[in-house]
Amino acid sequence: MNAERSTITFTGARVVDPASGRDEVADVIVSGDRIIAVGNGSDGLRVDAHGLVLTPGFVDLHVHLRQPGREDAETVASGTAAAAAGGYTAVCPMANTDPVTDHAGVVEQVLRLAREAGHADVYPVGAITRGLGGEELAEMGAMAAHGVRCFSDDGVPVRSARIMRRALTYARTWDAIICNHAEEPDLTEGAQMHEGVLSSVLGLGGWPREAEEVMVSRDLILAHGLGARLHVPHVSTAGTVELIRQAKARGTRVTAEAAPHHFSLTDDVVRGYDPVYKVNPPLRTKADVLAVREGLADGTIDAIATDHAPHPPEQKEQEWAQAPPGMLGLETALAITLTELVGQDDGTSPSPGAAGDRSGDGALSLSQAVAALSTNPARSRGIAGHGGPIEPGAHANLVLFDPARRWTIQAAVTQSRSRNTPYAGTQVRGKIVHTLLRGRFTCRDGEVVR
Amino acid sequence: MITHLLSIDDLTPEQITEVLDTAAGFKDVALRPIKKVPTLRGRTICNLFYEDSTRTRISFEIAEKRLSADVINFSAKGSSVSKGESLKDTALTLQAMGVDAIVIRHSASGAPQQLTGWVDAKVLNAGDGWHQHPTQALLDLYTIRERLGRLEGLRAAVVGDVVHSRVARSVVRGLVAMGVEVTVVGPPTLVPTSVETWGATVTHDLDETLPKIDVLYLLRVQSERMHRQFFPSEREYARLWGVGRDRLDKLPDDAIVLHPGPMNRGVEITADVADAPNAVIAEQVTNGIAVRMSCLYLMLGGEA
Repeated sequence: MNAERSTITFTGARVVDPASGRDEVADVIVSGDRIIAVGNGSDGLRVDAHGLVLTPGFVDLHVHLRQPGREDAETVASGTAAAAAGGYTAVCPMANTDPVTDHAGVVEQVLRLAREAGHADVYPVGAITRGLGGEELAEMGAMAAHGVRCFSDDGVPVRSARIMRRALTYARTWDAIICNHAEEPDLTEGAQMHEGVLSSVLGLGGWPREAEEVMVSRDLILAHGLGARLHVPHVSTAGTVELIRQAKARGTRVTAEAAPHHFSLTDDVVRGYDPVYKVNPPLRTKADVLAVREGLADGTIDAIATDHAPHPPEQKEQEWAQAPPGMLGLETALAITLTELVGQDDGTSPSPGAAGDRSGDGALSLSQAVAALSTNPARSRGIAGHGGPIEPGAHANLVLFDPARRWTIQAAVTQSRSRNTPYAGTQVRGKIVHTLLRGRFTCRDGEVVR
Repeated sequence: MITHLLSIDDLTPEQITEVLDTAAGFKDVALRPIKKVPTLRGRTICNLFYEDSTRTRISFEIAEKRLSADVINFSAKGSSVSKGESLKDTALTLQAMGVDAIVIRHSASGAPQQLTGWVDAKVLNAGDGWHQHPTQALLDLYTIRERLGRLEGLRAAVVGDVVHSRVARSVVRGLVAMGVEVTVVGPPTLVPTSVETWGATVTHDLDETLPKIDVLYLLRVQSERMHRQFFPSEREYARLWGVGRDRLDKLPDDAIVLHPGPMNRGVEITADVADAPNAVIAEQVTNGIAVRMSCLYLMLGGEA
């Protein structure tokens, strides 16, 4: 370990750092836990990084690590190992653990497990209400004392407008963020997939777009009136993108995230009834996918967040209606983002002979993609030391990836305890090579360091 | 030959015609003193029923026995399912026991399709959730063709709760495939907006539709739907979309009335309509056996 903490120079990488606006080939010298130089020069061990992109480590605002309670699906250690393999240096696990993360004890436990594993920094999200029950506020102050700055009952919407308004108001004590699962539950009773042409053919209960948009509208109005901070998770509809766009123009303090599956997959994949494609909110239509891409491109949607939701095979290999919603995401987010959104001519020459598969539509520049994966989520949540800037004196929380490398996603090749990726067999472009957490390799040459 | 029968959409119009023609031959078996043919002797068929069903299960069982197949009945209540065994494990168990075909009824849409990924046996969907009930559509097509002499060019109305009906999904697609002009009628809360993509037109006015059709297909309306506020009361449903003597009289003289059963007399259909000479509800049940024999024969009969 000591050797890995010594001085290393990454030579010849394309450094993409939205926080400083830097996008150039440079040598980056890391010594101990810090970056000590960016430019020309070399010191200590040299690691050839020509052809690689070096950026701040990724930050995921929305993951489920399942511990405590569902250690068969994931643990803090396995989930953060997946994070390291995916280029992440910080992740924010949601509060729907068992017991619920609605008091300081679980926050402490998750933080301790993360420290022991050492794969990534973890910033737990606290519950808004006790037991995710939607009725009594959780003791936010006790959790805030451990650094919690975002509260969410994710998975369960805060149904009561009164409780939601109280939570937004009370969280102002710390200028904390309230993130409400964007779903009006009265409109999604029995919902199994996106409500549309296909749900009517497949005979599955519909999850209408309006259920998301009604809830987001309510929350935007409440947050605006209070000057409180709202975060909209997993934006899935064109209408929600537009609502957030308008709210931002009005000055509402809102941030938003989109998941890779919502900008890469449509409800068409549900045809075979394989519950690996069941997710909440559901996969929607091409028009929604395009709107989410536009929202990322114009900054309406701040962050790409995976909603990494592990479920063991026996849970997913059930009848569609009985299988739980959720997909893995941490290890595939970069590749899906590059493949779907970033043109391969964006300074990244394709590998010779590799052709015939999908190429990104150029919705985002590489720098915008890095901002959405790292800089914006770190800033929006006030996560210090992550998201750049890449400059002398900063913590060396970095990722190096090969933007042109093509590979095929395999469900069995994962750090997660679960296998429920919707991308098994998909050819993608972009592979993580190294991840560094405060100067230490958490992933080296594509292998998680233990 | 048919591999699996999961949805009426799995069949081409030519295949549907083949099923109906073959069924006509099997219908005679019921008229013989010994109602049995040796066609599927030595074949094992499992009726895997995860949902209560009387008529469909009995109809399949009679069809299978008349074809001389070995029949195993497995219903969710008296099996290891109640001890928590998954559909997949149950399927793998049946696979290990070497069944040739599985007839499955399940409350979850898509369960029969999932089953095909787990077993080598042929799978016949006997009704899954709100999705499909293909043999129901086939027996309806058979009954209409037998009564009216043809399918192509006929006009039909399918009336009632389409949203929650696997019968509607199958029957509408089957009628459309065979060249029948289909109008779907019902309260907007129970008719999916995308029904037009199935090849049918939609109206909410039953009275205007009745004089223009050859086939009136009434769907079962469950009182559960009323409790969920899809319509205000059974009385109002009956007034707007139910069929009684008055509405029966608006049909052309040779038009026929079908219902998949079980009926809610007094809601979607009155007793005098159900028992009227142009109601063919009992014939549907009779024909169901021959049509199911035909499907099983076309799935299993060609292999020896």
